Amino acid sequence: MGYVAVTGGKEAIEASLQHLTYERVKHGEWIDVKTIKATMRGFLDQVMSESSLYSESLAAIAMKQSEGNVEEAVFLLRAHRSTLPRLYYSTVTDPRDMLVIRRVSASFKDIPGGQILGPSYDYLHRLIDFSLITETEQDVRRKKVEFESIEVPEESSLPLEKLPKVMDYLRKEGLIQNLPVNDEQPDDVTKESLTFPSSRSERLQILTRGQTGAVVSFGYAGLRGYGSSHPNVGEVRVGYQPIHIQIDDEDEYYIGSIKLTEVESFIPANVSENGKEVLEFDIGYGACFGQNETKAIAMSILDHALENPENTPIHDEEFVLLHIDTVESTGFISHLKLPHYVTFQSKLEQIRKIKREGARK
Amino acid sequence: MSLFPFAFLDEQSKKEIRRAVLKGVAIPGYQVPFASREMPIGRGWGTGGLQITLSLIGESDVLKVIDQGSDESVNAVNIKKLVQKTTGVETTIHTSEATMIQSRHRIPEVPLRNDQIMILQVPEPEPLRHVERSEFKTKQMHAEKEYSGAYLLLFEQIMRYNQTSQGADYPVFVHDRYVMNPSPIPRFDNPKIHQSEALMLFGAGREKKIYAVPAYTKVKSLAFDDYPFEIEKFEGKFCRATGLSNVFLDEFTDEETGETYYLCNDTSYMQEYLDQKRGI
Repeated sequence: MGYVAVTGGKEAIEASLQHLTYERVKHGEWIDVKTIKATMRGFLDQVMSESSLYSESLAAIAMKQSEGNVEEAVFLLRAHRSTLPRLYYSTVTDPRDMLVIRRVSASFKDIPGGQILGPSYDYLHRLIDFSLITETEQDVRRKKVEFESIEVPEESSLPLEKLPKVMDYLRKEGLIQNLPVNDEQPDDVTKESLTFPSSRSERLQILTRGQTGAVVSFGYAGLRGYGSSHPNVGEVRVGYQPIHIQIDDEDEYYIGSIKLTEVESFIPANVSENGKEVLEFDIGYGACFGQNETKAIAMSILDHALENPENTPIHDEEFVLLHIDTVESTGFISHLKLPHYVTFQSKLEQIRKIKREGARK
Repeated sequence: MSLFPFAFLDEQSKKEIRRAVLKGVAIPGYQVPFASREMPIGRGWGTGGLQITLSLIGESDVLKVIDQGSDESVNAVNIKKLVQKTTGVETTIHTSEATMIQSRHRIPEVPLRNDQIMILQVPEPEPLRHVERSEFKTKQMHAEKEYSGAYLLLFEQIMRYNQTSQGADYPVFVHDRYVMNPSPIPRFDNPKIHQSEALMLFGAGREKKIYAVPAYTKVKSLAFDDYPFEIEKFEGKFCRATGLSNVFLDEFTDEETGETYYLCNDTSYMQEYLDQKRGI
């Protein structure tokens, strides 16, 4: 009979699902999950970041299944997370131990270890490369060999897995408050419900899992008038971060490395020192899975904005934290497609009654 | 589907959710925060109810799922399919056969028993949200039993329309302590929660809250002495198929004649009634 009916919903769903599969296969072409994993780096990174599940293989399957729809791919992975037990927390990991592949500072030209551009779209002229239409497997292999045969000059005296942080430099100068290290176990937002006021660890988790577009939009809004956290990017670093877990009191086990983007932003702030107002730098922090620089920078703006509440949406933790989650926002918006016959019928009856009987004169 | 654990969620998650449910039962009407998991259906499509169902269901349970009064609507079928796929439990459309009933927006017309659990999906659990947008503040208001705002909403409606204009999701007072949103069931169903024989559980997945009304609990819809609570009335209207008039009705238009007619919204009840009449 239809959408809601005595019977028939089952057949309609089956037909709809068949149609969906057909849309994926109707051109008679297919893509290997391995190929997706090897060539869709930006997609995998975004999906892993938003689903807070680090697995390039699963992200590649999700991409194939969702036909490249990010929202759907994240949805698949988040749902998959719910089937997995959460057994361990990693031990505290220090980004100074990251094997850096890219690291730039917009604050200091001359940083110890130097600027390392690494792979980046920042300097690319965004002109469509029509040669990609005819790119063959042979071309790919040739390009690979060409790059790998470039001789690397050994200029940097500092090892890439032990680069100092730009922030350490400012701290030594006394331009940043020396705050005590807090290595407490974070509040896990996937195991405890968020309450307000939230802790910083909760805020950082929700920001890093946030929908890339939403985090970027809110960060942008904060920058151009709806907030007062205008940052200078101290350091953006991308690299491989080693992760360890501790099973018993003695041994720590290395379980692998994850690709991470980390951002530290400097934001001028008034502080009181010996009863005098002085200017210092506050820090805004951003970190997320994969190479996701815009998102990590936006996150650093929002981190600072939420640390310093003000009467504007971007500084309002409930406004920001309750709305940037992709699964939650897309889920509820899309539920409007479900039938609302009962609620509507109830309202209809009420409106008619009011119209008929009239409002109080 | 041996790739997934029984009832989809891992055991620790189920245990956490059951503990939230128990706390909810112990404090009727109080919204217990819980770490809502992401589910394979849309956040806002009934994931709160689904998580309760999955964390409580056992192999011997019989499940009924309703959406908008129908067992066959797309969302009901989909949820039923998922639970069945991951548990292998039996499902039914007959209210009396079910041990667990997950529902969106209706409580069945057939009276429930004390060996049944009614699980309602909730889109907006906070009855004070329209008064106060901050979660932090509404939590305080509940703690202080500060419910003048909830009454004020109804009062404003009366001032404007000479009656309350609240349709579904009409707030209730639970056990004289907490004001609670009953999920957007029509006002028609509110009285069914009062002294219900079945345990009623409410799950809001996106808003991460679980709350409960234990069996045999006092539940009163908010109202004023001179403006008492009223359910939807379908005066002079009756179901075209069964002739029943004491049930919640859906409105239809006859495509050929353009005439308006009504059918029971609870479709399984309608079917059972018709079967009985035909002597099946």
